[in-house]
Amino acid sequence: MTDITSSSAAVLAGLILSKKASSVEITTAFLDRLEKLNPKTNSYLHFNRENSLAQAKRADQQLAEGKTVSPLHGVPIAVKDNLTTTDAPTTAGSKILEGWVPQYDATVVRKLREASMPILGKTNLDEFAMGSSTEFSAYGPSKNPWDLSRIPGGSGGGSSSAIAGHLAPLAIGSDTGGSIRFPAAMTGSVGAKPTYGAVSRYGLIALASSLDQIGPVTNSVLDAAMLQDVIGGHDPHDSTSLPNSLGSMVQSVKEADVKGLRVGVVKQLSSDGFQPGVKACFDDTIEKLAAAGAEIVEVDCPSFEYAVAAYYLILPAEASSNLAKFDSVRFGLRVTPDGNPTIENVMAATREQGFGPEVKRRIILGTYALSSGYYDAYYGSAQKVRTLIQQDLAKAFTQADVLLTPTAPTTAFKIGEKVNDPLAMYLNDIATIPANLAGIPGISVPNGLASEDGLPSGVQILAPAMQDGQMYRVASIVEKLYMDQWGASLIARVPDLEAL
Amino acid sequence: MAKEQLMSYEDAIERFEVVIGLEVHVELNTVSKMFCGCANNFGSEPNTNVCPTCLGLPGSLPAVNRKAVESSIAIGLALDCQIAPNGRFARKNYFYPDLAKNFQTSQFDEPIAFEGEISIELETGEVFMVPIERAHMEEDAGKLTHVGGATGRIQGAEYSLVDYNRAGVPLVEIVTKPIYGALDKAPELAATYVRAIRDIVKSMNVSDAKMERGNVRCDANVSLREKGAEKLGTRTETKNVNSLKSIENTVRYEIQRQAFILAAGGKIIQETRHWHEDRGHTSAGRPKSDADDYRYFPEPDLVPVQPSEEWIEEIRLTLTEKPSDRRKRLQDAWGFADLEFRDVLNSDLLDEIEATVAAGASPQSARKWWTGELARLANAQQLAVQDLPITPEQVASIQKLIDSGELTDRIARDVVAGVLAGEGEPAEVIESRGLKIVTDEGALIAAIDKALASQPDVMEKIRDGKLQAAGAVIGAVMQEMRGQADAARVRELILERAK
Repeated sequence: MTDITSSSAAVLAGLILSKKASSVEITTAFLDRLEKLNPKTNSYLHFNRENSLAQAKRADQQLAEGKTVSPLHGVPIAVKDNLTTTDAPTTAGSKILEGWVPQYDATVVRKLREASMPILGKTNLDEFAMGSSTEFSAYGPSKNPWDLSRIPGGSGGGSSSAIAGHLAPLAIGSDTGGSIRFPAAMTGSVGAKPTYGAVSRYGLIALASSLDQIGPVTNSVLDAAMLQDVIGGHDPHDSTSLPNSLGSMVQSVKEADVKGLRVGVVKQLSSDGFQPGVKACFDDTIEKLAAAGAEIVEVDCPSFEYAVAAYYLILPAEASSNLAKFDSVRFGLRVTPDGNPTIENVMAATREQGFGPEVKRRIILGTYALSSGYYDAYYGSAQKVRTLIQQDLAKAFTQADVLLTPTAPTTAFKIGEKVNDPLAMYLNDIATIPANLAGIPGISVPNGLASEDGLPSGVQILAPAMQDGQMYRVASIVEKLYMDQWGASLIARVPDLEAL
Repeated sequence: MAKEQLMSYEDAIERFEVVIGLEVHVELNTVSKMFCGCANNFGSEPNTNVCPTCLGLPGSLPAVNRKAVESSIAIGLALDCQIAPNGRFARKNYFYPDLAKNFQTSQFDEPIAFEGEISIELETGEVFMVPIERAHMEEDAGKLTHVGGATGRIQGAEYSLVDYNRAGVPLVEIVTKPIYGALDKAPELAATYVRAIRDIVKSMNVSDAKMERGNVRCDANVSLREKGAEKLGTRTETKNVNSLKSIENTVRYEIQRQAFILAAGGKIIQETRHWHEDRGHTSAGRPKSDADDYRYFPEPDLVPVQPSEEWIEEIRLTLTEKPSDRRKRLQDAWGFADLEFRDVLNSDLLDEIEATVAAGASPQSARKWWTGELARLANAQQLAVQDLPITPEQVASIQKLIDSGELTDRIARDVVAGVLAGEGEPAEVIESRGLKIVTDEGALIAAIDKALASQPDVMEKIRDGKLQAAGAVIGAVMQEMRGQADAARVRELILERAK
């Protein structure tokens, strides 16, 4: 069965369609593996064999009746635990939601069900997706399959470690400042954040509403494109979802051609502050593209200097309001303090006990940033920076079709290394944050192992808003250049988890 | 609580200038709620009209109700406001258990309608232009019921129940600019203004406009300043004043209370207050200061509301006549004296009388029915006259029978009683109760002869010119006919016999 669990989703979908393997067989293979290995990686917070197999059986039944409902029919998938599911607890990595089973499915979850894709389980994340290592999960950190003493990136480290560890062929993530792309880079997987609004946020437990976006975490660019085709599209439940379809991403991947491509290298994100091995991988990607015929141009985005600062005002501001609903009145944890259990005291005790340190830090930051007298200086200024970043990008995209940056400043760091240094932790997202602030699509594709530590590195490809197809096109070109060199995907080189 | 000391109203007005400001919340009567598809329905079982969005469950998102926007624009246009081409929602953040998300989705610095005015005519005929600052959209909160404890308030309650049926019901809040120069008329102006708003939203059918149900609620701001002073005085805001009479009383009370404090050299505390209609005074609520920090910021879950010019014009075309114009038109058409017309307005019977007239009754007869007999019957049953189970068409059809002589006033009242008792249409009541007037002259003459036979001297008296003697015979005949005769005709017949 090792063949099954190390196969790409596209290959698995082909096996199912050609009846060479059933959805039940494939789902069983992943369940067997994750039940055995999840204790090592802590990728999943919840899984339920019977429930997953029942969904696989239904998918097989449809096939037996001659019905294929999607290109990924029968292929199982892991879902980040900040998306609501009616048949599994949804915790968002927080104690405050422990045991909560939602009354409704997120739109993306509904689409997966409609596509007959069995859900393997819910994956770990930093509490409310606040973090870049999963160390802020209330249920313990996930581990990187490349080296179990290292972080798998965050907040979507559950999904990225599940992909890299072959505990799922596909996963759903959410990306507010890099939570899909950064973990992908840390684990040698592919992670895409679509254009803001390309995928409905209905049922995604909000971190920062104007930045959050759901997207795929996969083994390959084609898999990511296939998954975005399944989960994308307008949703009347989400007014910020785009009214029009962005077209077929799979089609864009198939049409990949380097001819006439102008690749922009962002001056501010190409040299300083990157680990030398990561920088070397990035330079190698640029060289490969140039050699393949792409035109390489340098673009200037001076406002990027302020991106992290602006982000850490806008995000906490929105989060402080989004997290106000966790008050014990209607759902989740309720802590009744001794003495005088008034509603105020119950709310305060619940939030004190239910939220972890990073969540509290950001609620305090956001509350402060929105306070009267400080609003203009903090939230107001941050929104202005956001506009400047959008302008920088608009200008850059007149000079280049896509922009490339290293996805992350370093390879995967050790668990515990940065957990007490919020600023160092925040800087992990320096290259990924601008895409969220501007609402544009970005993808991380593996581009080698850093020479100094042998850990995966990723290259980020940014495209103009609503040109997700362009992003997948170039991602596919880059992937192919490396496949030609390596003969297999980087993820095939991940150590044998069973031996670790 | 000790009752506060007051200055006499006359002295207060003599010494201080009154400035008022009014915030009126109008609950829209849209089919669904402001941001979700749940029914906007008063009186359902608690927590049955709810979904993830109005319960504020994790992951849920709002989506704007287009009809609510349309109603809000209509209200804005009726108040001669400008309509914002790009209106945004904002979050007003505060913790309260009736507020599912612990923030209210409202509008802050970009209301849908702004800069309007409305002319308000007082009883004296004096007209004030009330300047409107803004009308904005927001959502209502759920309803709390505090159980245990003496006061029904949250303080001292054992526990509280929350009904989220009302959470997310669309509201439009209409805010005036400060209103100067009303002098002693300030209380009357406040109440008349709120009545005007109520009439407008009712006539446009964007709200059920029932104040007793809280469809229209008023917060009244009052401040005083020494005559000639430039700086505004400190204001108080009396919340949720829910009847026209209470609004007038609240404003009057606050003027007298504040005047006493200021005259004694004291300071007004900026606070919210509550009006107690039963006790006739306001009491201090929460201290309010400009430091109240709701941390407003633009609602990131919603895109801006951008009504097109075409849509706004479409809505403008659907606007009904302004209630003040309509009142003028109807009074002229009906020829009612001012007092008569005021009586109609105060009883809120314009619609009923208009419909009765439209169904064929004369304006005066329609007025008499509704403000007379029907009002009396409703009052006896402690009902609003509008809620009596009789339609304007039925009233008009009964009146037509009176006009044609087929019913007397007295029998007509029996017919009305029958209709109200659920015995069917007027014709059916007349049939089943046998109320048809006796027009068979043979029968009438026989009854007259019978009566004359028992009172032989009557004929003599009549012949001597004492026509009033006929009364006794008429009475006897009417009794014989069980009232179902036209007394005037009976009289004529008696006089004919005497010739």
